[in-house]
Amino acid sequence: MFVFESGNVAAATGVKLARAQVIAAYPITPQTPLTEKLSVYVDTGALEAEYVAVESEHSALAVCIGASSTGARPFTATSANGLLYMSEQVHWTAGARLPMVMCVVNRGVGAPWSVWNDHQDSISQRDAGWIQIYAKDHQEIIDTVIKAYRLTEEVCIPVMVCYDGYYLSHTYMPYEVPEQDQVDAFLPPYEYRHKLGPENPTSLNTVTLPSGRQDIHGNRVPGYMEIRRCLHLELKEAIEVYTRIDSEFKSIFGRGGNPIAEKYLCDDAEYVAVALGSMSNQIKDAVDELRGEGLKAGLLALSLYRPFPSDFLASELSGRRGVIVFEKALSPGNSGAVFGDIRAALYECSSRPFLRNYILGLGGRSYKTSDFCCAIRESVETGSEHCDDPAWIGLNR
Amino acid sequence: MCPKKLDVLTSDSYAGPGDAGRTGSWRVLRPVIDYTKCTPARKGKPACYFCWLYCPDSVVSKTIEPQFDLEYCKGCGICAEECPTKAITMVAESSVADEDAD
Amino acid sequence: MKDQRTTALNLTDEEFVYPGNRACAGCGLSMLYRTGLKAIGRDAILVVPPSCLTVMQGLYPIASTQLSVLNVTFASAASAASGVRAALKAQKNEHTRVVAWAGDGGTADIGIQALSGAIERGEDFLYICYDNEAYMNTGIQRSGTTPRGTVTANTAIHGKQQRSKDLPAIIAAHSPAYVASCSAAYPTDFHDKIRKALGLSGLKYIHIHTPCPSGWGIEERLTVSIGKLAVETGLYVLYEIEDGETKLSPPSARLLTKKKLPPVADYLAPQGRFKTLPVEAIEELQQEVDAKWETYRNQMM
Repeated sequence: MFVFESGNVAAATGVKLARAQVIAAYPITPQTPLTEKLSVYVDTGALEAEYVAVESEHSALAVCIGASSTGARPFTATSANGLLYMSEQVHWTAGARLPMVMCVVNRGVGAPWSVWNDHQDSISQRDAGWIQIYAKDHQEIIDTVIKAYRLTEEVCIPVMVCYDGYYLSHTYMPYEVPEQDQVDAFLPPYEYRHKLGPENPTSLNTVTLPSGRQDIHGNRVPGYMEIRRCLHLELKEAIEVYTRIDSEFKSIFGRGGNPIAEKYLCDDAEYVAVALGSMSNQIKDAVDELRGEGLKAGLLALSLYRPFPSDFLASELSGRRGVIVFEKALSPGNSGAVFGDIRAALYECSSRPFLRNYILGLGGRSYKTSDFCCAIRESVETGSEHCDDPAWIGLNR
Repeated sequence: MCPKKLDVLTSDSYAGPGDAGRTGSWRVLRPVIDYTKCTPARKGKPACYFCWLYCPDSVVSKTIEPQFDLEYCKGCGICAEECPTKAITMVAESSVADEDAD
Repeated sequence: MKDQRTTALNLTDEEFVYPGNRACAGCGLSMLYRTGLKAIGRDAILVVPPSCLTVMQGLYPIASTQLSVLNVTFASAASAASGVRAALKAQKNEHTRVVAWAGDGGTADIGIQALSGAIERGEDFLYICYDNEAYMNTGIQRSGTTPRGTVTANTAIHGKQQRSKDLPAIIAAHSPAYVASCSAAYPTDFHDKIRKALGLSGLKYIHIHTPCPSGWGIEERLTVSIGKLAVETGLYVLYEIEDGETKLSPPSARLLTKKKLPPVADYLAPQGRFKTLPVEAIEELQQEVDAKWETYRNQMM
C-alpha cells in the first residue's frame, strides 16, 4: 500500500509494524510528530505498547534500557541536544549489549541554538558503539527501522536510524508501507538472553575490575577490556549480518540491495562524491548535470556509517581520480568527520584518489544543487594541490 | 548462510557468598556467646533473636543456640551491643588467633 | 495474617543476600537491605544506581544479591524502574515486583528529576531511598540530605552550611500512593511497611535512615543505638503518609505523650561528623525539634 506522508510518520509506521512494546517519548523539534503519531497508534489500539511520557531524554533511554533488559522491545527518538543529554545512556546501552532501535532526527547542536538540520548530533556519538544507518528518503526510513530491529536483536548492538530534520522529517513523499504479516515473518518476537526476572537471577552491569577475577565456580572470566573489545569486533561482524538481513528483506519486500551505500553512476566514474543522508538526492542531480558537461562524476550515497565500512569504501574508491566528501558535520580542529574516516580507509590503497572535503548545511544553512556542481568542478580543477582544510559551502560573505 | 556465533560479552554477575573474600579477616573483635545468658538457649525454644535480626551480614543462625559464621563475621559488635541479656561479648581476635590458625 | 506485626521471632529466616560482601562492618544499609529483601521476596527485579549498594552488589562476576538486579546510571533509577515495569506490563506480568534502591545522593540530588517524573506518571513500583546523609560511596561528600553543620570530605573546615532537603516532604507533595519513613534501628517496622506498600498500586516511596559508622564517625557497634537515639530525641520521625494524612509509627508516636525527650545533643555527641558543631547550632537544632513536636502534639492529640 502506497501512502503520501511525512518522514516522521514513516518512522512511526515502521515502529508500529515492528511491534515495539515500550515507547519512551520526550518531545524535541523536529522529532515531535514521530512520537505524537506513536501516541495516536497506541491510544487507538493500532499498536499495543506501553507509552511512557518521560521527563527527559536521559530518562527516555533509561526506560528503554530497563525495558530491553526485561525482554520487551523498546523504542525512542530524539534530536540534537536531546541526544547529547542522553549521551551517557547511549554509551551504556552499547556497553550493555542491549538490543534497541532509536531514531535520530538530525539537527544541529547548541551552542548556539539551532533547530535546523545538520548531522553533528549523531556524528558526535559515533564512538559510543552504536550502529548508525542514515536514510535518504521516506522509503528508506520505514524499511530501515524494520531492518534495524532485526539487526539489533541478532547482534545485540543498539542501532541509530538517522534521517534529516525537516528535509525528511517534515516533507511529504510517497512510499510503500510493508504488510504487517510480512513484517511479522521477517521480524520474530524479541528474546533477550539475560532477561531480568526470577527465572534466572543475575546482576546486570556490575562494577568490573581492571584485571578481571574468578567467578563463583573458580573460572576466570572476560573482564572490562575483553567486553569492550568484543563490542568492537562484533560491530565489525555486523556489516556482514546487516548485508544478509538486507538481502532477506529484499527477497520479501522487493526493496534494498544497498545496505552500505547506493552507487549512482559509479561504474566508470573518475570523480566520486560521498555523502550521508538526503543531500545525496540533490547530488544525483548534480552528477547528471556534470555528466552532461562530459565530466565522469558519480555518487556514493553512504548509508551505513558505523561500523565504518572501510573495506567497501577502499575497494570502491581506490583507483578513482578524486573523491569529494560532502558533509554536515565537523570534527572541530581537525576536518569533516566522515572525511577523516574515509581518508584513513584509503591510506593503504596502492592507488589513492585526491580527497576534498566540503562542509555545508550546518545549522540548516541552505544549499543548492549548483553548489555541489561548483564544488566538484572546483575539486577537479585543483585536485592535485595539497589541501588540508575543508572548504565551506554557503558561508555569508 | 549460517550466521557466525557472536559472544556478546556482558558484565552480568551470578550470586554467591564471599564477593569480598573471607570478610572474617576484617575483624579485630569476634563475638562470643554465653548460652547460660542467651534467652533462646536458656529456654530451649525460639525467643529473642535480636542478634540474628540486627546482624547486617546474616552470619548469625536463627537456632536455639545461635551460632556465628566466623568465615564472614566482620566483627561489628552490633549483636553484643543489642543483646538484651548481654550474653554476647566482643573478644579480641588476637587472643584467639593461635587456636584458630588456618 | 497480613496484618500481623512482624517480630524477630516470626520474621522469615530465609536469606536473600549472601554474606562476605563489601558492605562496611556495621553498615545500616546492609541491615535494612537484608530485612527489606525478606519482605520483597524472590519474584522481584531490583534497580540500583551508583551508591554503596552498587559496591555491595559485588564486583563482576560475583553478585551478593540472590535476586535479579539491574545496575543503572546515577540519575536514572526511577526511569529505569519505569522501563522495567513497562516491559512487565507489555508481557502481561502483574506479579513481579519492581523495587528501586537508591542512596540519598541518587534520590535528592541527581536522581530527583527522574523520581519526580515517575511519580507524576503514576508509575507502579517501590522506591526505597536509603539515607546515610552524604555521598558515602565516593568517600563522604555532602549531599542534599546532609544535615547542616556536618563535617564531610568537602565541608571539612566549616561543616555544611546549608539545611538538608526534607526529601519525604518533597515526594509527598507529588501525592504518590504511599510515603513512609523508616530507620535501621527498627527493621521489622521497615519490613511491614514494605509489605503494605507492595500491596498498593502506584509509586510507593520509603525513606530509610541508615546510620553509617564509616561516614558518621561512630563505632561500628553503635549503628542501631544511634539510629534509636535519632528517633527517641525526636530528630528523625517515623511515619506513613496515605491519602494526604500523616500517621506516626509507634516508635515516634510514643513521643507524643512524653513530657521531655532526650536532648539532641545526646544523638550528636558520639558522632565524629558533628565535632565542629558550635553550641549555638545545637541549641538551634533543639529548638527546631521542640517546635516540630509541639506542632505534632497540636495536630495529633
